[in-house]
Amino acid sequence: MREMTFVEAAREALAEEMARNPAIFVVGEGIGARGGSFNTTLGLYDLYGPERLRDTPISERGFTALCTGAAAAGGRPVVDFMFIDFLADGFGDLFNQTSKLQWMSGGRLKMPILLRGCIGVAKSNGAHHSGNYYPFFMHIPGFRVAIPASPRDAKGLMKTALRSNDPVLFLEHKDVLMLRGPVPEEEYLIPFGEASVAREGKDVTVVAIAAMVPKTLKASEELAKEGVSVEVIDPRTVAPLDIDTILASVHKTGRLLIVDEDFAPCGVGAEIAAQVMARGFDDLDAPVQRLNGAFAPAATSAVFDNMVPQVPDITKAVRDLLAE
Amino acid sequence: MAKAKLGVVIEKPAAGLSKEQLLDLYRQMLIIRRTEEQLIRAYQAGKIHGACHTYVGEEAVATGVCAHLRPDDVVFSTHRGHGHALAKGVTPREVIAELFGKATGVSGGIGGSMHLFKPEIGMMGSSGIVGPSITMAAGAAYTFKLLKTNRISVAFFGDGAVSNGSFHEGINLATVWGLPVLFVCENNMYATEVPFNQATKNPDVASRAKAYGLPGVAVDGNDVLAIYQAAGEAIQRARGGEGPTLLECRTYRTRAHSEGMRDTGYRTAEEIAEWKARDPIARFRDVLLGGLASEGDVIRIDEEIKIMVEEATAFADSSPWPDKAILTQHVYSDSGG
Repeated sequence: MREMTFVEAAREALAEEMARNPAIFVVGEGIGARGGSFNTTLGLYDLYGPERLRDTPISERGFTALCTGAAAAGGRPVVDFMFIDFLADGFGDLFNQTSKLQWMSGGRLKMPILLRGCIGVAKSNGAHHSGNYYPFFMHIPGFRVAIPASPRDAKGLMKTALRSNDPVLFLEHKDVLMLRGPVPEEEYLIPFGEASVAREGKDVTVVAIAAMVPKTLKASEELAKEGVSVEVIDPRTVAPLDIDTILASVHKTGRLLIVDEDFAPCGVGAEIAAQVMARGFDDLDAPVQRLNGAFAPAATSAVFDNMVPQVPDITKAVRDLLAE
Repeated sequence: MAKAKLGVVIEKPAAGLSKEQLLDLYRQMLIIRRTEEQLIRAYQAGKIHGACHTYVGEEAVATGVCAHLRPDDVVFSTHRGHGHALAKGVTPREVIAELFGKATGVSGGIGGSMHLFKPEIGMMGSSGIVGPSITMAAGAAYTFKLLKTNRISVAFFGDGAVSNGSFHEGINLATVWGLPVLFVCENNMYATEVPFNQATKNPDVASRAKAYGLPGVAVDGNDVLAIYQAAGEAIQRARGGEGPTLLECRTYRTRAHSEGMRDTGYRTAEEIAEWKARDPIARFRDVLLGGLASEGDVIRIDEEIKIMVEEATAFADSSPWPDKAILTQHVYSDSGG
């Protein structure tokens, strides 16, 4: 199978969908002729021009709400925030309008809007360019949240997002943007709410989010040398969350660790733990554990690289859980 | 604040309106007034759940603007949105039933006063949040332009929204992108109970258009013909690809911000009385009776609407409650219905 990067795969999805649907347009800073700071739209401006690849002023609240109105009226906007931290100015309208308009209108309005941007501490860009924030959107009725961790998933989830009539947050972790991997040439879509078993195992289940997926796979290889068999689950979307796949895995392994670089309180891990407690309590041989990033904004110096979990942190957390 | 020319009696019909068109404007204003009077009585009788923000005194604005709109043009409204909904074609039955929380309401009983939706005729919702009507109307206009339709979009908002970031960002984006949208500021001089002259050093809303590079027009918001004319010109520009206009309508709400709220301590009884004397419906009735229509014409409409609103109230009273199962429907596009 051909290989491509995460960025190329997501861009191919966007290009294919723009070709089949003239209502799709993209807004953002530098996404026009320049092709996006992260090359999210590279080459598309030449095909579709300024009305469908609309460079914006730094006016996040304005263009987020504008795109909400555009979606309500039958357009299909893609808001490219570059860094998802920049979404914050538009958040009020996102939760009061974007997420509620379908409900408030009794389903007569649809809300086909895609909100995309980079997440993650990575090689830290500091406190304003490194956030994750997805639990906010899990908490609010109306949003879908996709967090792909591979090129194949990026393309398949992007295509689903661009055909969904719901507001979709599409989050791209900086550490996986340049990851290469196989991407089928034929058309495919990956449905929301279907986790992927990224590695099969029998001793312990690790649910990993975004950039924690490749790190956990690496940790699993090391642990395999010690005779520990780790099952790695990538939820791929956290809203909807495929709890059934996680429960089935816990039924097999009896132990669950959630690795997520985002903050622990009220996070994805808290939600998964509560649901597994409620529905899979008898399967658990040890308490559910979480491994999260530090509860602080992102610092820039290289000395702080381990403010989010690294491979040795994951191997240690798995060993600790097995020792329970 | 800078005063618009008020109390000017227009001797001749504006924009060459026919007698029927003139009577339609009167009918529309009266439908709004009588429907809201019914809502006020119902509120006092405890039949309305949630807020009830009336538009009494401001009817000329929605009427004069929406008279130009096609069913496929869209309106993004405010928390004071009964008049916008009715002028866009929602029926008194649907509005009254909605405020009664009934299944036959325009939003199925889940919305009440501040969430009146009927997108099938372009009513894109009244709203509990001040500001986003501006940005969202600009967005609908973006879609209309992108898809090469000649539909247009209208944002209604009050003076309160003018000090909100949505005004700045929405008007700037719509102007720089040349979008087919009309921004209608209903300047009633108070944001809830905060006087506009305490919210800004420049209470001349129309003058702000200069800062963004779009036309700005101020009109007497209690003169339906002045509004009809100004809105018509702006809408023609929008439909013709000439971009947005900011239309400031200087008006006044003569009742409390919301029914049941104390309406003292921020404005005087004299000021209210002064504005009641400029009531847009009574003024327009005088204009009509000044040789444009007969007393019989006007009385016929008065009677017609009295019956319409009584019937609408009976309909709302006898309508069923919503099915509780609808609560979680439509949270997502595929979650039912």
